[in-house]
Amino acid sequence: MDGSKIREALASMDERGSGEGSGYVAYGIYPDYKEYYALHVFFDNIREHKVPLEDLLEKWGMIIHDEQIKTYEQPGLRKVHTPWRYFFRPNPSMMPKSTSPEEDIITSLVMKVNSERNGALIFSSGKNLGVFKAAGWPEDVANFYRIQDYKGYLWLAHNRYPTNTAGWWGGAHPFNLLNWSVVHNGEITSYGTNRRYIESFGYKCTMHTDTEVVAYLIDLLVRKHGLSEEMAVRAFAPPFWDEIDRMQKKDQELNRALRLAYGPALMNGPFAICVAKENLLCGFTDRIKLRPLVAAESGDRLFISSEEAAIRRIDDDVTNIRMPGAGEPVIGRLYA
Amino acid sequence: MSIGSTPLKYRVKIDTERCMQCKRCIENCSYGVFREEGDGIQIQSRNCVACHRCLAFCPRDAIEIEEKPGDYRSHPVWTREAREAIFNQAKTGKIVLAGMGNALPYPIIFDRLLLDACQVTNPSIDPLREPMELRTYIGKKPSSLDLRHLENGDVQLCTKLSPNLQIETPVMIGHMSYGAISLNAQTALVKAASRIGTFMGTGEGGLHESLYPYQDHMIVQVASGRFGVDINYLERGAAIEIKIGQGAKPGIGGHLPGDKVCADISCTRMIPEGSDAISPAPHHDIYSIEDLKQLVRGLKEATEWKKPVFVKIAAVHNSAAIAAGIARSGADAVVVDGFRGGSGATPRVFRDHVGIPVEAAVASVDAKLRQQGIRNEVSIIASGGIRESADVAKIICLGADAVYIGTSALIAMGCRVCGTCYRGTCAWGIATQKPELVARLDPEVNAVQVENLIHGWTLELAELMGAAGINSIESLRGNRDRLRGYMLDEGLMNVLDVKTVGA
Repeated sequence: MDGSKIREALASMDERGSGEGSGYVAYGIYPDYKEYYALHVFFDNIREHKVPLEDLLEKWGMIIHDEQIKTYEQPGLRKVHTPWRYFFRPNPSMMPKSTSPEEDIITSLVMKVNSERNGALIFSSGKNLGVFKAAGWPEDVANFYRIQDYKGYLWLAHNRYPTNTAGWWGGAHPFNLLNWSVVHNGEITSYGTNRRYIESFGYKCTMHTDTEVVAYLIDLLVRKHGLSEEMAVRAFAPPFWDEIDRMQKKDQELNRALRLAYGPALMNGPFAICVAKENLLCGFTDRIKLRPLVAAESGDRLFISSEEAAIRRIDDDVTNIRMPGAGEPVIGRLYA
Repeated sequence: MSIGSTPLKYRVKIDTERCMQCKRCIENCSYGVFREEGDGIQIQSRNCVACHRCLAFCPRDAIEIEEKPGDYRSHPVWTREAREAIFNQAKTGKIVLAGMGNALPYPIIFDRLLLDACQVTNPSIDPLREPMELRTYIGKKPSSLDLRHLENGDVQLCTKLSPNLQIETPVMIGHMSYGAISLNAQTALVKAASRIGTFMGTGEGGLHESLYPYQDHMIVQVASGRFGVDINYLERGAAIEIKIGQGAKPGIGGHLPGDKVCADISCTRMIPEGSDAISPAPHHDIYSIEDLKQLVRGLKEATEWKKPVFVKIAAVHNSAAIAAGIARSGADAVVVDGFRGGSGATPRVFRDHVGIPVEAAVASVDAKLRQQGIRNEVSIIASGGIRESADVAKIICLGADAVYIGTSALIAMGCRVCGTCYRGTCAWGIATQKPELVARLDPEVNAVQVENLIHGWTLELAELMGAAGINSIESLRGNRDRLRGYMLDEGLMNVLDVKTVGA
């Protein structure tokens, strides 16, 4: 499915934003380079900042192909960065101690480049997927990248009303790390706890916004600790102790263990979050559902949105429309 | 008599028009301030310690206690306290003993930290109408879970959890030994702890038989003197605490004067009646961190690995590194006791000059453990100068899992912080072993007061969390983003990892 309907759906919720940040991620858009990591980079200035980044990438692997991401001037959107894409193959022998060297190289490169803030920001780093975002209204950002020219099998889109940080390009959603992408509506009141927790595992929060910790937490719990997405969501928005006390002994032990081990990963405050990876779409809210979330189906397609109206913009024949309970994940899987 | 009399600390006056000669003041004062003479009451103001027992029991509010009615010539350096300490030592040639906690006017960090609340961008949560979770588990947590996803969709937990203490509020009652305080006081405290769903420490004075019914809410302590320690004692406790140090006297051991060691205390502590119970400064089987590890393992082995083992240290300059060592020793919690921590008896010089504030110590311990990726290995219990629920919230934001309270709980039982605990004549029946004074403290009545206090704090904590948009205490823990420093210097703000107000 191409991005035109996604743009329309998102634009229908313009009043949820302020025109200062919007973005899209599409999975399945780089079939010709699908075995390489597609790095999307914002350069402040390609003359000064591009060479150092490329030097760094060449140290850790090989750039298979690179090009400027095509953009189209919009009256309402000032092009303050130059978006670039690299298809990159990391050299696993560079991280001999790791059990997942390629992914760890990518993660550490992203953390290094983004925390150094040296005129380059890697905002997308997965395989066969790409994030497109900027500071602007959803339509303008979509037209800036001509989002309709990309055909993906899985999309996330977001319209931002910034509070914590001014609308800058890096601060727009989705946030991405490896194949994980996250969009988020809300404000995580436990951010200080979550950030310090995730940083003790070597992640660096560089975007000045609470959403990026979600991407890193998912990466830690699912990729590094081997939890299922359901269990990871359970850790982020766990049942209350009262509920756990009433469970059967086995469930009680499991849920207590989740809360004990992952208490610092519990996310508090109002949020609705959608997380995607190459074979998964997962939406969930905080434990008392302080933000809206609605899910619907159409054939084998799953939609998750803040508003039903947006879903209907894409497909008016959806069925099984429902509003998941607080903390209850809605998970769609892709079986190839 | 070269020094002579010094200015009075307090002047006690009785308003004779109000006084009805009931003589309750004479009965209640255990320091000999009042005596009957003729048909009047004579007052010896010099004996007064301002414990306010007489005030509290005067039915006519006829007694007035004036602090420092006469003073020394004022001088910014040679304060009254400095001069009196010199007089005291000139007379005795001894170490000056003191009670309670640090009495010098150091700035209080808690009072320069402000909590956050939600406005507009996220809603505050109403604890009257929404669940609010303060339940806390004290002990080692796994750093990750091994979960197997079975074919039938079930999830199987393959990680074995270490024993943890479950508390329904992050407030526990710290270690005050039978000896330092009376059995009635201990009974009141542990009754309160058991009703609230929390724990209290035995101190290093052993566990009296009459407290066995409450043993599931008691943490037994193993200190350098090993008083009262045997396998029966260890097995009775819900957890075991190794006391290395104490905020009121870092670097030295406990001290119980012999005249407090009555028959009952002699049995509980397993020492001869009337003998001083002076604990060695170090544990003589712990000269290094690897020795601590052996003791931790030894205690666990002795109790079949069923109980968490805590290690308590005084907050000192290098607390963070010490705590990192403790976290690797197999201990389940580290107790950090700040320099305001109280004591029944401590050398004044230690009480007032050694150690650091608990706020800075906890912040640096939490940061160091996170840096080393071992924060889940231990819980952090903060103690020493926790005066109210806001202090609890702030220290949790700085990284503590829970707090121990001592002085606050004693105040709930009537203690007026007169600081004369070491004399053993506490008029409130708290820090004394004199039967007639101990009998003044009704364990049941005082249990209710302590319970009320902790319950009140718990309600306030729930409100503070709700206002910050947080409904589970683990999201407050280490959440320094929800604190701001007010008039703190930059160096200290870096240590606390908090921003200034307005930032």
